[in-house]
Amino acid sequence: MNKKRIKIIDSIFPLIGLLITLLGLAVLAALLVDAFLDGHKRLNLSFFTSYPSRKPDQAGILSAWVGTVWIMCTTAMIAVPFGVAAGIYLEEYARKNKLTDFIEINIANLAGVPSVIYGILGLGIFVRMMHLERSVLSGGLILALLVLPIIILATREALRSVPSSIRAASYALGATKWQTIRFQVLPAAKSQIFTGIILAMSRAIGETAPLIVLGALTYIPFLPTHPVTLSEKFPFLHVSFQGFLDPFTVLPIQIFNWVSRPQKGFLADAAAGIIVLLVITFVMNGVAVYLRYKSQKKLS
Amino acid sequence: MNKFTSVLLSGLMLFGFQSGMVQAAEPIKIDGSSTIFPITEAVAEEFGKKGGAKAMVGISGTGGGFKRFCRGETDISNASRPIKQKEIDACREGGVEYLEFQVAYDGLSVVVNPANYWVDYLTVAELKSMWDPSAQNTITQWSQIRTGFPDKKMELFGPGTDSGTFDYFTEAINGKSGSSRGDYTASEDDNVLVTGISGNPNAVGYFGLAYYEQNKSSLKIVPIKEDAGKDAVVPSRETVMDGSYRPLSRPLFIYVSRNSLKNKPAVKSFTEFYLRNASILSEEVGYISLPEQEYQRGLQHLENL
Repeated sequence: MNKKRIKIIDSIFPLIGLLITLLGLAVLAALLVDAFLDGHKRLNLSFFTSYPSRKPDQAGILSAWVGTVWIMCTTAMIAVPFGVAAGIYLEEYARKNKLTDFIEINIANLAGVPSVIYGILGLGIFVRMMHLERSVLSGGLILALLVLPIIILATREALRSVPSSIRAASYALGATKWQTIRFQVLPAAKSQIFTGIILAMSRAIGETAPLIVLGALTYIPFLPTHPVTLSEKFPFLHVSFQGFLDPFTVLPIQIFNWVSRPQKGFLADAAAGIIVLLVITFVMNGVAVYLRYKSQKKLS
Repeated sequence: MNKFTSVLLSGLMLFGFQSGMVQAAEPIKIDGSSTIFPITEAVAEEFGKKGGAKAMVGISGTGGGFKRFCRGETDISNASRPIKQKEIDACREGGVEYLEFQVAYDGLSVVVNPANYWVDYLTVAELKSMWDPSAQNTITQWSQIRTGFPDKKMELFGPGTDSGTFDYFTEAINGKSGSSRGDYTASEDDNVLVTGISGNPNAVGYFGLAYYEQNKSSLKIVPIKEDAGKDAVVPSRETVMDGSYRPLSRPLFIYVSRNSLKNKPAVKSFTEFYLRNASILSEEVGYISLPEQEYQRGLQHLENL
């Protein structure tokens, strides 16, 4: 090959790359514009404060969005401690042997299992065997299992990216391994771990299949019991965990139901629901990008 | 991790305004067919507005709903076909006795693209030749359905195998529930079928009548002849109600657990409310109501318990 040809190829490739990137963005933009045109009229306060209804213009997503918040909090409370702890163990403590290899391969495999399989697993174990019913807790547990591999992998990746000079310095000052991890490594890796957690959560928020298999409901005219209510007696706050055992629905299920209805009005409701879900996902991803940006700046 | 837990906690606090909403002690649990879901949702909505107990409704499908019902997990099961022997056995095993009520009719519509000039009606036999398992990979042209039809490729659209509509159509046309050719475009979402058929001049497909009524301008309805000697009948409110649109109209059911009727007073008043209002509410969401005496018979049945 002569020099000129190499140069041409060199300048063509970024052009192709740019075109492909723009194509992806164009599809996304078309999707957004379409959803917005169909749904923007339904986006008002009462859409957020009404329960579903047979009348499309009165239907709302109250039970769906509150259910989504519940499920997300439950998922995070379960998946984050387990995922981060497992990541720390595998990266910092686990010896390299066959068992560790086996665990690592399986975590990578789990990350690729279709989500509906987790739903069937959850139906068998959490609903039928552990009698947790079709509750917020069952849903949260299933989604936690689903995102656990992502969090573990992200945590390991984050720990690995901490420069070894930081560890060496800590040991040189006489710190134990735990002190090193707790006070040096984890703080340095924090933003990156958060990025992983948020990306995992924004995957969980759009999941429909496992929750439908679980038997999450579609029409539900009440919300899970609120964990904190005011009471007249000391200490004036009543804390309840009943909400975790209450039935729920989530945004993707509500959207799924609306999309399949014959009346055109429900399609507008579905589009409005999609906008809400997209905005939440965008915000979460935005926070993730910001944190990553911050952590890169700090380390370099 | 302190910051994170505080973020979580404040997230929980954020929806504190809902604490004012009181939750009824024991909600009525309903699951089953997504076909009947809109009717039951409407009834549950009105029942709640009138101060009745809360009712929650799922869409596990007719079969999935019966599975839960026969384990005693739900009070009422929505069904777009009568209960099967297998399910009757499961209910007996689970110690669940039930009452069956018809709540509305649904017509299945066979539709083609508006550009289709050759189909004026189809007979049940022609539909069978179109959808029978033996048609797979052999019946592919319109000309194979009736002499005189053009030699164009036939594009088939229908619901997926999990749907009660599929069960009902295959039973009515092919003689056995669930027996169908597999080489057609399947979707559980009837709106996808509507889009598919309206975009393809050689298409033919079937789905619930409500989906045709909402998309009349982009579809052409096919009148059905039960056999060669009879007149072709267009599905409509009237022809489904008076039984002349055959065999593609079907009753929709709810099954109510006797145990729940006995032990949960709300279930009984809900069922009663259902039968009293089903005629108006089923029409409102796109189905066809039963003759009034059917509802009266149901109510009597409930009274005599």
